[in-house]
Amino acid sequence: MKKDNRLLPNKDMPDFERDYFCDAHPETVKPLKGFIEKFLNWARANSLWILGFGTGCGAIELRPLMTARFDMFRYGMAPRPTPRQSCVFVIGGYASIKTLKRIVRSYEQIQAPKFVLALGSCTINGGMYFDSYNTINRIDHYIPVDAYVTGCMPRPEAIIAGLRKLQELIKQGKAEKANEYIENFEWYKANQKKVIKDWNMPDYNW
Amino acid sequence: MDTPLVLKILYSLISLAVITIWGLSLGGIVRKIYARVQGRIGPPFWQPFIDIIKTYGKRTAVTHGIMFFLGPVFRIAGGIGTYLFIPAILGSTIFSNFSVSGDVLLVMYFIFFGQLGMALGAGESGHPYSAIGVARGLAQMTAFEVPFALSIIAIVIQYHTLNITTIVLAQQGSILNWTLFTNPLATIAALIALLGMNMHNPFSVVLAPQEIPIGPPTEFHGSYLALMQTNRGIFNAAKLVLYMNLFFGGATNIFALIIKTFSIYMISVVVGVSFPRFRTDQSIKFFLFVPTLIALLAIIILVL
Repeated sequence: MKKDNRLLPNKDMPDFERDYFCDAHPETVKPLKGFIEKFLNWARANSLWILGFGTGCGAIELRPLMTARFDMFRYGMAPRPTPRQSCVFVIGGYASIKTLKRIVRSYEQIQAPKFVLALGSCTINGGMYFDSYNTINRIDHYIPVDAYVTGCMPRPEAIIAGLRKLQELIKQGKAEKANEYIENFEWYKANQKKVIKDWNMPDYNW
Repeated sequence: MDTPLVLKILYSLISLAVITIWGLSLGGIVRKIYARVQGRIGPPFWQPFIDIIKTYGKRTAVTHGIMFFLGPVFRIAGGIGTYLFIPAILGSTIFSNFSVSGDVLLVMYFIFFGQLGMALGAGESGHPYSAIGVARGLAQMTAFEVPFALSIIAIVIQYHTLNITTIVLAQQGSILNWTLFTNPLATIAALIALLGMNMHNPFSVVLAPQEIPIGPPTEFHGSYLALMQTNRGIFNAAKLVLYMNLFFGGATNIFALIIKTFSIYMISVVVGVSFPRFRTDQSIKFFLFVPTLIALLAIIILVL
């Protein structure tokens, strides 16, 4: 029998195994009021954990950030190996459709508040891959982006500048894209499903 | 010694807060030292505190079942339990904790307890890397418990007591009364076991960054992770305080405590930056051979 790729992997699972997946509709969590939120935002800005998942050629520019020359650790940024624990997702340039599926999954597994930094012209308008059959042109049609770093490819200094900008946005409380994603959930899902043909995952997998 | 229980609980909370702050700062200071050695500026030493505030401040969380909740709770219970039955500062009312109620065997049990709870919690998260990390962690822990337990037995034979306060009291007077000098073999074996306990580099196969992403805590996030980060500070400092009491003559004031725990911690840091990582089977073979023989020798010499 041919496997139907549109069926969810947990469709016929017994109840006790279903807690490995969660396919409930996400809900927005409003930020707290007053100085508590300001304090938390300060902590969030000074402890950016970057998901170590290279999604495109720009990911090669993230490695020098850990070296003595650029040293992102002095701003409290650190790479983190799992989406559950990280809060910044760096889209490293072009995103092929195959990668986009993983990007969506990883993005949804990150716990709110989460931030996205997109590198390079490919994430803005497709760059040199603008007419390619298997890359997407604008990443913010699929996941919300907090800050862009232009260039092809941006130098590590530019990425640090982008991360510093992201820190500023977080401190000002303007980095609330995780809630925007949930408010416009149907629109994002429709866009994602338009390009991802083998959609064999829950609509929201957190 | 007739302090009312309420006052004693209050003292223990103060002592716990102090040791948490010191344990976390210790982690931050070591990260700073690493950075300076590598020619970087490095994170500020209060970075662990910011990280903990941030992880507590996460807005959403996922659960994978009851044990997933209880794993980090057991972990921090193990850390706090280890600390609360050790006299941190000799003769101090605030920092003597509940050391009269427990002995070194209870402390050893608590060191093991947190890891077991964590194994159950990580197992329920269902992530394959968690399972690999847990299997490695338990195997390695069983191995380094052997030299550790043997050297504790050597000390117990030497001082004829299980009570940590009595062991510390016996080491007072001169630096030559420390177990380090009266029983060097047991100290060496226990310090090698400490390398395994601290999971610094030759024995870092459990968390194994870059290999299995982060091992047992792969699925833990938000408050779960923050609990584990807090515990890392408490547990680390508690182990160092235990070693200071058993082998390095204890501390009579807070400055001695800070200097001694820092120095003991630097042993595993220096070893950590100097050596590459062992595989699990290599580290088990290592622990069950040289340090175990040294600890056995220490016991044999004492009995003869």
